[in-house]
Amino acid sequence: MSAHQTSDVMHSDNPVAEGHHPSESQYIVIAAILAVLTAIEVALSYLKVGGSQGITNGALLVLAAIKFTMVAMFFMHLRFDKPVVRRLFVGGLVLAICVYIAYLLTLGVFVK
Amino acid sequence: MATVLEPTTTDTDDVTPAAEPLLVRRPRSSTGFWSWFTTIDHKRIGVLYGITSFAFFLIGGFEALLIRLQLAQPNGRILSADAYNQVFTMHGTTMIFLVVMPLSAAFFNFIMPIQIGARDVAFPRLNAFSYWTFLLGALFINSSFIFGGAPNGGWFGYAPNTSITFSPGHNIDYWVFGLLFLGISSTVGAVNFITTILNLRAPGMTMFRMPAFTWMTLVSAFLLLFALPVITVALFLLMFDRLFGANFFNVAAGGNPLLWQHLFWLFGHPEVYILILPAMGIVSEVLPVFARKPLFGYPVVIVSGIAIGFMGWGVWVHHMFATGLGPVAISAFSISTMLIAVPTGVKIFNWIATMWGGSIRFRTAMLFAMGFVAMFTIGGLSGVTHAVSPHDRQQTDTYYVVAHFHYVLFGGALFGIMSGIYYWYPKVFGRMLDEKLGKAHFWTWLIGFNLTFGPMHFVGLAGMPRRIYTYSDGMGWNVYNMIETVGAFVIAFSVIIFLVNVYRTHRGPLGAPADPWDARTLEWSIQSPVPPYNFAEVPTVQSLDDWWHRKYTEDDRGRLVKLPEQPEPEALVDPSSVHMPSPSFFPLVASLGLPVIGYGMIYRAWFVAIIGAVITLSGLYAWAMEPSTEPHDEHDGGHGGHASPEPSAPEAPALAAAAPEGGDADG
Amino acid sequence: MRLPPRKGVTPMADITAVPGGVATDHGHAHGTNTGMSNEKVAMWAFLGSECLLFGALISTYLLYRGKSVSGPTPHKIYDIPYTSVSSFVLLMSSLTMVLALAAIQRGDSRRLRVWLLATALLGATFISGQVYEFTSFIREGLTIKTNLFGSSFFVLTGFHGVHVTLGIVMLLSLWNLSLRGKLPQEKAEVVEIAGLYWHFVDVVWIVIFTVVYLIPTK
Repeated sequence: MSAHQTSDVMHSDNPVAEGHHPSESQYIVIAAILAVLTAIEVALSYLKVGGSQGITNGALLVLAAIKFTMVAMFFMHLRFDKPVVRRLFVGGLVLAICVYIAYLLTLGVFVK
Repeated sequence: MATVLEPTTTDTDDVTPAAEPLLVRRPRSSTGFWSWFTTIDHKRIGVLYGITSFAFFLIGGFEALLIRLQLAQPNGRILSADAYNQVFTMHGTTMIFLVVMPLSAAFFNFIMPIQIGARDVAFPRLNAFSYWTFLLGALFINSSFIFGGAPNGGWFGYAPNTSITFSPGHNIDYWVFGLLFLGISSTVGAVNFITTILNLRAPGMTMFRMPAFTWMTLVSAFLLLFALPVITVALFLLMFDRLFGANFFNVAAGGNPLLWQHLFWLFGHPEVYILILPAMGIVSEVLPVFARKPLFGYPVVIVSGIAIGFMGWGVWVHHMFATGLGPVAISAFSISTMLIAVPTGVKIFNWIATMWGGSIRFRTAMLFAMGFVAMFTIGGLSGVTHAVSPHDRQQTDTYYVVAHFHYVLFGGALFGIMSGIYYWYPKVFGRMLDEKLGKAHFWTWLIGFNLTFGPMHFVGLAGMPRRIYTYSDGMGWNVYNMIETVGAFVIAFSVIIFLVNVYRTHRGPLGAPADPWDARTLEWSIQSPVPPYNFAEVPTVQSLDDWWHRKYTEDDRGRLVKLPEQPEPEALVDPSSVHMPSPSFFPLVASLGLPVIGYGMIYRAWFVAIIGAVITLSGLYAWAMEPSTEPHDEHDGGHGGHASPEPSAPEAPALAAAAPEGGDADG
Repeated sequence: MRLPPRKGVTPMADITAVPGGVATDHGHAHGTNTGMSNEKVAMWAFLGSECLLFGALISTYLLYRGKSVSGPTPHKIYDIPYTSVSSFVLLMSSLTMVLALAAIQRGDSRRLRVWLLATALLGATFISGQVYEFTSFIREGLTIKTNLFGSSFFVLTGFHGVHVTLGIVMLLSLWNLSLRGKLPQEKAEVVEIAGLYWHFVDVVWIVIFTVVYLIPTK
């Protein structure tokens, strides 16, 4: 059994002492949520939300972003680590999103 | 793991057993010829980078002279069109990837750790791996000259021109794999430098007490970290097209040539800031020392450097103004390109203000730094004209562009690097370069440079295209080209002066003082050349330019007053009392697999490629299993051949002999 | 501003060399300016750069989506239920990875090895699934040469697969190290750093699965 504190991971604003970890059962809960989100995604891909593929796509991207964030924050411990590493990673991520969307726009992707 | 070749050991008295050696015992020595192959000392690696890249500077310069000989007159017959394509491609590729970037790396390696008070970089073996990968990548790409022809698609390799249809033969394959290897070298170097700067600063050295050169190292490292993956992907896409029939740049299958240009320039533009920021950092160090004034507006200079790093990601399309992307894209990037002139200009003003009212000593290092400010400004001005996209339509693909980038890269980066060489030479080699020869070098270099590249502005506006192997008579270009060729030989002459200076300097004795220039930053508080452990006592820093403030204070009228108790440069200590990481074979082993992979892939000898991968992976694995410091090496200080059974203090003469270790660095 | 002279500064413990270990322990982390170990900072920096790498590959896929002039197209060839199961497997491997880390952090080497092996197995299952998917696509007429879709799909997912495979090698090495008694609790950070790489590879797949498989090509 985990010897770590079982403070509610979701609402913990207990910063940064590297010793803070979610408990095993909390990890399993997060994994279950991820599984459910994936199932929702797959279901959505067979439907069209509100009859629009655009809205469905938007919903799929949002769900993917939520899963991404949860893995990064909790499994990768970014929520509890020092800000410097979060900035390193998020910096690269945001840069990638910006420049790649920018060049795709110049080549006519995403625009009618 | 079973040990296969366990030799009879001479240190049976050792207390702690070492990690099991893999096949041979781990190297211990940090002296002698072979120790250069296993060194993980940032200073030695810096020297290796410096010497190797200077050698490639001579090669790239020779390629330039061939270009200039060919273009000196119309209808030149020195080089065929195909030979010319190889020479100008390799000239560009060499100067960018094998000269300016590794020369900057030489400075990052040697100088940055001692500027922040560290003993080495965060990952010394990774550092060695960076160097070996660079060297092997450089040799690999140049080996193409003897294996059927060098890369000939320009340093920018536009696809589909570089696809297998239009570039049959292996020239481009060497370019692709060579650059991939060089990219690995620089990427891991970037990770190393970022970690070092973030983590290993001396106590009290907050980020805004770091020297300007260290800051520019950090910004350049971030640019490398984020830009190299983009060209890595572009190169892989091209490789898959060429080797495996993929369709990324196959227009008939719907492929888009602009994909290459976007990916390449998304890398290529940050790359030019990678090329210039280190030199800007050097200039920011040199000007204050030789003007005896602090860097004017240090925070602004730093923030401008950071701003250039950020904004550099938003301008790449200005390399594509003539590709028909449409008015919206073109206007947006025109504006962003004009904006990036702002932080650049701010730095120029700060450098001028640093010199203004200073008490200037016109040493060679200072001359090159001042030359940087002037020449880079000219290059920046032509750059601003490029930002205006209608104007750029006329300039694109003409010699006007060639003028621009040579003014910023040669007039900027190379002048800055030369300044750094003269400035830090005593620290690295324990000897001062001769000032008379240095000045002769500077003036011939300056004159030769302007003779070569100045006329290119005019001949470019007169319509001479770039990347042509010859031109007809009667275009009005002849005189310009002849002057440019003469200029190139003046540059060559000035380089000879420099080489003579180096040769004479190394024939002379050691004996440079620790602080010959009365400088400002931490590296001048330790011996010249630098002892293996850098700092005997890791300093505690209390301000920017901490070393300066230990020497001087100011009176009520703001005048400099020398402090009565002058700090001594650190006395040498027993190196065996300082824990240093141990040398290692494995960075070299891991690197050696890479060119094997390259040759295997190029010639479709898949088994050879697999062997290369096995060599690299084994090297990496063994490296991971090996501790960074061997326990029984701790008291060796990494010095001298074999470990003595007990940690004993070497006698003073041995210490004195140990001290010039760095001075042998050129051996 | 008068400053005291330099003499009398107490020597600091060396903070670059880590005697005797592959891993860095928390003690080492406390010697750094950021408070995080060199290895951790380095891994996060590397992962930041990997975002640029995978972003370029994904953007290439997006650029060429729907532009193939001939050959099989995504909706004809994808088997979404199959890939969903595969994605679920990889997602769960992140759970087992973090459980492995929790185990070594509390000193439970046996559980560490169990979870490490489970992660490697789940990863290998994912890779087998990919291999099967690739071979069935090839049988149905989609190769890297066929069209834009084939090229961009195989290169993107292939790069990802290579990353997963290298991750599996790392996990098995750690498992082996633990078996030989060389991965004690003090070296938990090694597992953490391997875990960061593994989770990143999972997170990239989260994006790929959504963008490449689930969002349809018109």
